[in-house]
Amino acid sequence: MFDLDLWSEIISALKKNRMRSFMTAFGVFWGIFMLIVMSGAGKALENGVLDGVRAFATNSAFFWTERTSVPYEGFQRGRRWNYETSDIDYIRDNVKEVEYLSPRLFGNQQAGNNTIRGERAGAFNVYGDYPDYFKIDRWTPAKGRLINDIDMLQERKVCNIGERVVEVMFGKDEDPIGQYLKISGVYFQVVGVIHAETRINIGGGKKEETIIIPFSTMRKAYNYGNRVYFFSVTSKPGTKVSDLEEKLKTLLKERHKIAPDDQQAIGSFNIEKEFVKFNALFLGIQGLTWIVGIGTLLAGVIGVSNIMLVIIKERTQEIGIQRAIGATPATVIKHIVAESVFLTVMAGYIGLSLGVGVLEILNQILLRGGDKLFFRNPEINLTMALSALAVLVIAGIIAGLIPAKRAVSIKPIDAIRDE
Amino acid sequence: MIRLNNINKSYVMGSNSLHVLKGIDLQIEQGDFVSIMGSSGSGKSTLLNILGMLDNYDSGTYHLSGNLIQNMSEKKAAKYRNDLVGFIFQSFNLISFKNAMENVALPLYYKGVPRKKRNQIALEYLEKLGLKDWANHMPNEMSGGQKQRVAIARALISQPKIILADEPTGALDSATSYEVMDILKKVNDDGITVIIVTHEHDIAAMTNQIIRLKDGLIHEIIRNGELKQFQKEYTHGLEAAQIPSYV
Repeated sequence: MFDLDLWSEIISALKKNRMRSFMTAFGVFWGIFMLIVMSGAGKALENGVLDGVRAFATNSAFFWTERTSVPYEGFQRGRRWNYETSDIDYIRDNVKEVEYLSPRLFGNQQAGNNTIRGERAGAFNVYGDYPDYFKIDRWTPAKGRLINDIDMLQERKVCNIGERVVEVMFGKDEDPIGQYLKISGVYFQVVGVIHAETRINIGGGKKEETIIIPFSTMRKAYNYGNRVYFFSVTSKPGTKVSDLEEKLKTLLKERHKIAPDDQQAIGSFNIEKEFVKFNALFLGIQGLTWIVGIGTLLAGVIGVSNIMLVIIKERTQEIGIQRAIGATPATVIKHIVAESVFLTVMAGYIGLSLGVGVLEILNQILLRGGDKLFFRNPEINLTMALSALAVLVIAGIIAGLIPAKRAVSIKPIDAIRDE
Repeated sequence: MIRLNNINKSYVMGSNSLHVLKGIDLQIEQGDFVSIMGSSGSGKSTLLNILGMLDNYDSGTYHLSGNLIQNMSEKKAAKYRNDLVGFIFQSFNLISFKNAMENVALPLYYKGVPRKKRNQIALEYLEKLGLKDWANHMPNEMSGGQKQRVAIARALISQPKIILADEPTGALDSATSYEVMDILKKVNDDGITVIIVTHEHDIAAMTNQIIRLKDGLIHEIIRNGELKQFQKEYTHGLEAAQIPSYV
C-alpha cells in the first residue's frame, strides 16, 4: 500500500515549509532527546552507586567498641573495653544464625610511615583479618593469592596489599609478589595484590591503601593478646541481619558486663539497613526522572500542538484551495496526518539516536574516569523511549487533525476566504 | 447545462439574517460566455460560489449537467468540482509552496494521474499559456498576470465543462486584464462555458451575455446583440457621473 505519489507530495510539502517543519520536528526532537539523556543519566547514577556496593554481602553487620555510658556491676561509666578472642568461639558455638564471622585487628596507624621497604616508606591501613573477611567484603587478587586458612593456622608472616601500596612501595617494573615489606618493624612477604570489588569502606582510609595480614600473625607479632577490635558477621539465609545484630549485641553486652540499656558501648552497623536507604534513594531518583520526563514530554506535546495550531490559518486556506480543485476530505486528512506522523517519527528517531549518542560519549568519558566515579554505564529504557515517542506521534496526529478537520468541515469558500 | 430555479440564500450572523439571493432563475447553456455584474453586496460572488459548489443554497433547485446539486456529501462535491468545474480567483489562490507546474498539475493528482504524466500535461498547458519557461518558478516569483495564467492553466487541466472566475482581472492592470480576457475568450472558443464575476464594464462587455444582479435578484440580462447598446449607455452614464468631479 505504499503510495509513492502521496509520499513525494508529503515530502515536497514538508521541504517547502521548512520553518514550520523544523519547528514541529524540533519540539518532538527535544522532548525525546531530553528524556533519553535524563533517564540515562539517572540510570548512570544508580549503576554507579550500585556497582560500588553490589559485591558487598548485603546480609552483613559490623561491631566495634566504644566507651560505656552506663555504670554497671561495679564499673563506672566511661570504661574502655575490647572484644576478646574467646567471643569468636563462643559466637561460633552458640549463635547458629551466623554464617561467616571475621574478627579484625587494626595495625598501628599513629606512627606516620608504618611500612618500609629499602628507601621507600608509606603510611597504610594495616588490618589483621580472617580469610572469611573476603567473603563479606569482596576483594579479588589482581596478582598472587588471598590470605588463606593455612596462613592463619601457621601464623605466617604474609600480606595482601592494595594497588596504591604497590605504587608507593615498588618500582614500575618490579613484581611485588615474594618481596618483603617491613610493617611496623616486622617483615612480611607479599603473597597477593588485591583489588576491592566494592567501595563500601569499613574502618576508614582508602581501600587501595590497605594491607591485610593474617589475624593470628598480627595478634602474635604485635602482642595484641586476646583483644579483638572489630567483628564482621553475615547472617545465614532466612535470618534477617538486623535481628542477628540485636541478638549479638545483647550477647556481647552480657559477656563483657555492659549494661543492657547502654546504647553507646557497642558500635554497630548493618548493610541491610543501608541497602534499604539506597533503594529508597533510587526509587526517588527514578520517580524524579519520570516526573521530569513526563514534564519534558508534555512540553514537547504542547510545543507540537502549538505549532500545529499556529499554522491553522495558513493550512485552512491551502486546504480550501485544494478542495476547490477537487481534493476530497479523506485525501486532505490523509495528507496532513501522514505529514505529521512522518515528521514526528523522523524527529523522534533523530532525538532517540542523538540522545543515545550523547549517552555513549558520556559513557566513554566516564570509562576514562575509572572506578572512582559514582556515575557509570548510562543506559536507557527502550520501552520508555518508544512509548514517549508514541505519545508525541499521537500528539502530532491530533494536532494535525484539528486544523484538517476544521478545514474540511466548513464550506470550501469559507476555507479559501479564511483570514 | 446550468439550471437555477428560485435559488434563495441567506447568511445568518448572530440574530441577523442577510438575505443575499432572493429567488434566482437562470439558465446557462454549454458554450456560453457569461459575466455576472452587480454592485457590492448584490450577491454576484455568492451566486458564483453556489454554481461552483463551494457554497450551498437554502431553497430552490440547481441542476448541473442534469445532476441535482443539493445536500451532497463533500466527497461527491469534490468529485463534481474536479470533473466539471475549473476555478479562477481574484487573488489567484495558488499553493504558495508549489511551483507553477506543480500548481497546475494538482487537480490531476486528485484524479490519481501519476506524477510524471500529470507534470507533462501541466507543462503542455503552461506552454499554451506562454509560461513554459516559468514552470519551475514559485508563485511569489511571478507577476499578477503570470499567476493568473497559471491559475487558468490549473483550472483547465482537468478539462472541465465550466470555468468559474471570480473577479479574474480584479487584481490586474488593464493591459494584463485584457490578456487574461483574451485567454478566457479562447477557452470559450473551445466550447467551455465561462462564467465570470466582475464589476468592470469593459471586462463584462467582452462576454456574450451579461447578467446584472440587483438586491439579490436578476435585474436584467443583456445578450450579445444588445451589448453595443449597453456599452453606449454605460459610457454615457460614466461621463455623466464624472462631470461633477471636474467642475
